[in-house]
Amino acid sequence: MKTRSLVSIDDLTTAEIMKILDLAAEFEKEPIQDILRGRVVATLFFEPSTRTRLSFESAVNKLGGNVIGFTDSSSSSVTKGETLNDTIRTVNNYADLIVMRHPIEGSARYASEISTVPVINAGDGANQHPTQTLLDLYSILKTQGTLDKLNICMVGDLKYGRTVHSLLMAMSRWKTSFNFVAPEELMMPDEYKLYLRNLGLTYYETSNLTEVINMADIIYMTRVQRERFSDPMEYEKVKNAYVLHENMLGETKQGMKILHPLPRVNEINTDVDANTKAYYFEQALNGVFTRQAIITTLLGLK
Amino acid sequence: MKNANDPKQLLVSAIESGTVIDHIPARTLFKVIKILGLDKINNQITFGTNLDSKTDGKKAIIKIAGVFFEDDDINRIALVAPNAKLNIIRDYEVVEKRVVSVPDTITAIAKCMNPKCITNFEKVTTRFKVVSKKPVALKCHYCEKITDQERLEII
Repeated sequence: MKTRSLVSIDDLTTAEIMKILDLAAEFEKEPIQDILRGRVVATLFFEPSTRTRLSFESAVNKLGGNVIGFTDSSSSSVTKGETLNDTIRTVNNYADLIVMRHPIEGSARYASEISTVPVINAGDGANQHPTQTLLDLYSILKTQGTLDKLNICMVGDLKYGRTVHSLLMAMSRWKTSFNFVAPEELMMPDEYKLYLRNLGLTYYETSNLTEVINMADIIYMTRVQRERFSDPMEYEKVKNAYVLHENMLGETKQGMKILHPLPRVNEINTDVDANTKAYYFEQALNGVFTRQAIITTLLGLK
Repeated sequence: MKNANDPKQLLVSAIESGTVIDHIPARTLFKVIKILGLDKINNQITFGTNLDSKTDGKKAIIKIAGVFFEDDDINRIALVAPNAKLNIIRDYEVVEKRVVSVPDTITAIAKCMNPKCITNFEKVTTRFKVVSKKPVALKCHYCEKITDQERLEII
């Protein structure tokens, strides 16, 4: 890879993405190996993100590596006013790789430019979260057997959802057709629709999930958050329109899978969990294999 | 020289050799001065502003004695004075005319409009990719957000 850090999914060529996904499949077959023995990975979580951190730590531990770090900035020297620059330079002395979550946008790119060891962006504000995108791609590839020409139905908050934007950008490499299901206030921003149009890809927008659900190979659910609405009445009106129930799945494609970046609140009813089309917990497990692939690639061990 | 007879041009004295930058929008004159670092050099500089222009509304003009700019340096002002025209003067004669063009990348001039961008929190040199030249739109190298012409601020 031309860069030793992973900041944004766009930094990776399609070939590099496929190599990471292949490697993730290898780790899925053999998740416990001794590749990282003696290596130290620092998880610097300037804001809490329990799932992402546990997934990274699990990935490192299963490969025999060690983890140091902090889980939110109140327990680090940031509260004493230390700059990110100083934190990164200091941690460089202790770790072979840095996994960083930070509320400020662009912080990961900046850290990667200062750092002498690889930096993995585990989310920089509303900007990028490339390991989530890679694990989504891995989940899609694994369940569909291909990434080519799939129909992806994105549901919920498509305006602010970082995850759906990155996934859209990534999947656009494989002639995907998209259905966007969102309330008026949370529709996919124009810049992403323009991006798809420029690539000659098709998309369809609707506020009615049942209209498009049967066409989907993948349903990607996201949470509609109350705080996103300027008018609380609007939220009350739409909050139940974007909830998936088991009885909606009857006519859906045989191999369709439901993904969700988690945490879920109520947008997927728990009666869906037992359906074979529910895939969100396996998706979280795939995150461990994908992160094993990313870490070992960046360290040049694979 | 035809220009020498133009009464608007006579408001500031002619220079023997150096650079005349014309067609600067009057409201961005001081940004141009700052970007070129003219406030920090000892050369003789005269400028006029709020001059009437047929094409630009109110314009400004700067005459800098003994200074000749490289393209890369002068193109930095394209962000705030996209229609600026340069006259290179030697022996009181215009020996060359140049226009400015917006470069493909912008370093250390513009401020990212995203209040949550790292460049607005730490001492980071701003860097942008120019994604549109007219109107100007800059994509931040760090937060990847777009700063457009309207929200463009010079550091």
